[in-house]
Amino acid sequence: MGNHTPLYDQHVRMGGKIVDFAGWEMPINYGSQIEEHHAVRRDAGMFDVSHMCVVDLSGAHTRAFLRKLLANNIDRLQAPGKALYSCMLNERGGVIDDLIVYFLREDFFRMVVNAGTREKDLAWLKQQAQPFGVSVRARPDFAMIAVQGPAARDHVLDLLQGDLRDCAAELQPFFAVTNIEDGEWFVARTGYTGEDGFEIVLPAADAERFWCALAERGVRPIGLGARDTLRLEAGMNLYGSDMTEDTTPLESGLGWTLGWEPAERDFIGRAVLDKQRAAGAPSKLVALLLEGKGVLRNHQKVLTAAGEGEITSGSFAPSLGRSIALARIPAAANGERCEVDIRGRLEPARIVKLPFVRNGEVKVAI
Amino acid sequence: MSNIPADLKYTKSHEWLKLAADGTALVGITEHAQDQLGDMVYVEVPDAGRSVKANEACAVVESVKAASDVYAPVAGDVIEGNAGLADAPESVNQDPYGSGWLLKLKVADTAAVDALMDAAAYAAFVAAEEH
Repeated sequence: MGNHTPLYDQHVRMGGKIVDFAGWEMPINYGSQIEEHHAVRRDAGMFDVSHMCVVDLSGAHTRAFLRKLLANNIDRLQAPGKALYSCMLNERGGVIDDLIVYFLREDFFRMVVNAGTREKDLAWLKQQAQPFGVSVRARPDFAMIAVQGPAARDHVLDLLQGDLRDCAAELQPFFAVTNIEDGEWFVARTGYTGEDGFEIVLPAADAERFWCALAERGVRPIGLGARDTLRLEAGMNLYGSDMTEDTTPLESGLGWTLGWEPAERDFIGRAVLDKQRAAGAPSKLVALLLEGKGVLRNHQKVLTAAGEGEITSGSFAPSLGRSIALARIPAAANGERCEVDIRGRLEPARIVKLPFVRNGEVKVAI
Repeated sequence: MSNIPADLKYTKSHEWLKLAADGTALVGITEHAQDQLGDMVYVEVPDAGRSVKANEACAVVESVKAASDVYAPVAGDVIEGNAGLADAPESVNQDPYGSGWLLKLKVADTAAVDALMDAAAYAAFVAAEEH
């Protein structure tokens, strides 16, 4: 039997179709993935993301440790509560994981890493943290609930109280607030859908009550299926599909997350990235829109004038009524046109600019 | 327990077949199958005139989750693919035994239909698969 989050019984009660996800028994949908997708774009939905791993980092030299560990520059975080998206690289410049790190105090940062990479991430973090005397503590005692959509913030704020509520109401995007001394709730204005909303880390014992209170307000539970189509439409990478230990951020559309300055910051993987940046990466990650009917799927072959590539994430996009994908193609490929091999048939697709959808609005010409 | 009409025949790959008196048959996927696959977004049906063997892949149903082949329950010639599904793939979810039919076959040998599972046998098969 797989791992259960503190909300497992609620998923079953709410009709969730349970599947294995990285060793966790999680809901793929609660009936209709497409309806769930639209609920998040148009109103509000809630996701149990308790399988993701919250890691608390503490010690006087935590910032120095993160300067070394992360490809993005931790010194972009100066205001307490500020969040940063970053890759954690190996010495070859490959991506061990992508993560969000929050600056809470100079001696205390919080990280959220993927469920599927939990063990290797923790081993890597502990190994790298050791010379800095930084403590690495996974927090399985927490649950994590994401509430996303145009109405998401109002629903959450109405359920919070006191200072935490007031501070959460004032949060700018990509900031978090915590009442760590009083109940250990942590509210971040972050997400994985392209919509406004919060991600809330809370004690496991509080999770069911909060989840049910949201449900009573009409917030729909959303399964992993819609989570994937929402993030794909938002143009957000999925670890293990769109980037791996064998691809660098430059080959994964993540050049914007690399903290090149200051040049003397010697983060893990930097030497390889500097070389690749100078020489030019061999491939790039692009967004595809299928022109006709059909569905783009992971690993389908992409044909461009500059050579072959491969779809790394493909799906039907409910907000567009069309199929979309992320694909890795030769860096030399120019122009908009390409073809995808869908079960032996070559179908025309167009290379477009990300995102496909942001804040409920379709951003590409269909 | 999903709906399994008594007047249809079934396969282990979760297709249903409805034989008419004139030797033609409608083919679709069962309610159980559509429930397992999830929301349909694209359906590919065969052209009229194509000859199919029993168990030959003859249509594709794509849900948000995955593409799945649909197999001909028996041999025959395709009379018609359900063109209406091009704009309404969700019919396969909403009405799998009605407007969600996939293809119409001229059955080569109606005796082959007798060898398919009846509703009771299919119900038992689904129950066994789930445990």
